[in-house]
Amino acid sequence: MKQAANTPYRLPPTIFHARSKGLWFGAALLALVSLSFWSLDLQWRAFLSLEAAQSMARFVGEFFPPDLSPAFLRKVAVASWETLAMSALGTLLAAAFGLLLALPASRTHEGDPAHARAPTRLLLNALRAVPELVWAALLLISAGLGPFAGTLALGLHTTGVLGRLFAEAMENSPHAPAEALRAQGVGALRVFLYATLPQVLPQLVSYALYRWENNIRAAAILGVVGAGGLGQLLAFHMGLFQMGKTATVLAAMLLLVAAVDALSYLTRRALSR
Amino acid sequence: MSGLKPPERDPAWWGRLFWLGAALALLWPLLVATEFRPWVLLSAESRAPTARFLAAFVPPATNPEFLWLVARETWRTVAIATAGITLALVVAVPATLMSTRALSVSALSGRMAPLPAALRQAVRWMLVVLRSIPELVWALVFVRVVGLGPTAGVLAIALTYGGMLGKVYADILESGETPATRSLLANGSGRLQAFAYGLLPQNAAELTSYTVYRWECAIRSSVVLGFVGAGGLGQQLDNSTKMFAGSEVATMLLVFVALVALADQVSAWLRRALA
Repeated sequence: MKQAANTPYRLPPTIFHARSKGLWFGAALLALVSLSFWSLDLQWRAFLSLEAAQSMARFVGEFFPPDLSPAFLRKVAVASWETLAMSALGTLLAAAFGLLLALPASRTHEGDPAHARAPTRLLLNALRAVPELVWAALLLISAGLGPFAGTLALGLHTTGVLGRLFAEAMENSPHAPAEALRAQGVGALRVFLYATLPQVLPQLVSYALYRWENNIRAAAILGVVGAGGLGQLLAFHMGLFQMGKTATVLAAMLLLVAAVDALSYLTRRALSR
Repeated sequence: MSGLKPPERDPAWWGRLFWLGAALALLWPLLVATEFRPWVLLSAESRAPTARFLAAFVPPATNPEFLWLVARETWRTVAIATAGITLALVVAVPATLMSTRALSVSALSGRMAPLPAALRQAVRWMLVVLRSIPELVWALVFVRVVGLGPTAGVLAIALTYGGMLGKVYADILESGETPATRSLLANGSGRLQAFAYGLLPQNAAELTSYTVYRWECAIRSSVVLGFVGAGGLGQQLDNSTKMFAGSEVATMLLVFVALVALADQVSAWLRRALA
């Protein structure tokens, strides 16, 4: 039998063929998007009308001039420092507890039964799944209004994130130094302190710094539910329609985030050199 | 030969002790600023409501009307996220096309001309502004203008995520290989053609997987936006917490964790299928 010079042209599979995955996926996506728009009673008319545009313009206009009186600036500075402290302490707590939980959540050598691995990972996932703001709203009941609730909320969520990252880092680190110590009869704690930890420490620190950057953003808005910092000031003055003060708080928020971004960028560049 | 004997103690001991002390000294102002008083959690006046609230968690609320309400609000949460991401694409795609340096015709022969360079930089700055304002703040602003409801949430997600997607899309397009695009442009194809036949096929998988990942993030955001009145699961959670209805909160937290896990799975599956 003679072979065709060119491979024969193959038609694409028919629509109801299992291989038309792309088509079905596209149809499902289209359905999801149109259902979303259809089921939400979006008030485009209210938003796109001339009236709405005017009210938006008036609203933005009220932001100017921002309130720059020394007394208020001092208040904003205190709130910024509170936000910064919340994020730093929350990340620190999370790093400590994350490390503590990462130990049972990781299997570091072959003979390790690691019974606690699955339940600890479940706990870490649950901590991670609930956003900071939801934690803060729940914690207000037991910790009261103020930055303490916010700090704990950041700590809980970030513990879930960091615990999991730390556990993966430890499982993926080279096992030879730990094996060498274990073969000499060194106990589990000292194996961790002198073999595993020194190897993964730079990675753990860079994860924690990265999360700190995220937590600054989170800490700035946590206050909206009453958990202290710039967010609380923002929600308070916006609720009273004091737009000049709101503008100052917003500007402080942006400055804080930008400053931390720049700082962490410089730190990372210095560390990687 | 005592010189060969290894030291009995950790030789770096003093250094470690010093740095621990220094860290604690730095920690002190943080503890003061955050009013860090863990014993507040154990004091009598906070223990009683906490215990009552937590005791109400079991059993979670399962009466049919409430479950129906939760199901409806969960769909709203997903719908807000999906609609938000769709509108974010409307912002991000044109911004990407405008800001990608790989699609510059004047850059083919040396430096980019000053006007296009300025335009690209301006678009980039606009994206930076869009994404550096948190979505919650956008939502607070829009709630004032359009009133309570999902419109504010959708717009907030659209603006913040539009900024993020636009920036990352441009980064992805520029980090890939550009010779195919450049040769298309050099042979006289239009920018859109060069994009569709040069840049897009190379980067489609990465672009899609990033978009799916952001959709997953948007679901989490849309729950949070509910707390400022944008509707959905977050708003119900806020109401129930304020009424100390522990059993309702328990149900919604479980649904929420399940929703996030599901979105996680779907997004992981999609990204694997697309890779």
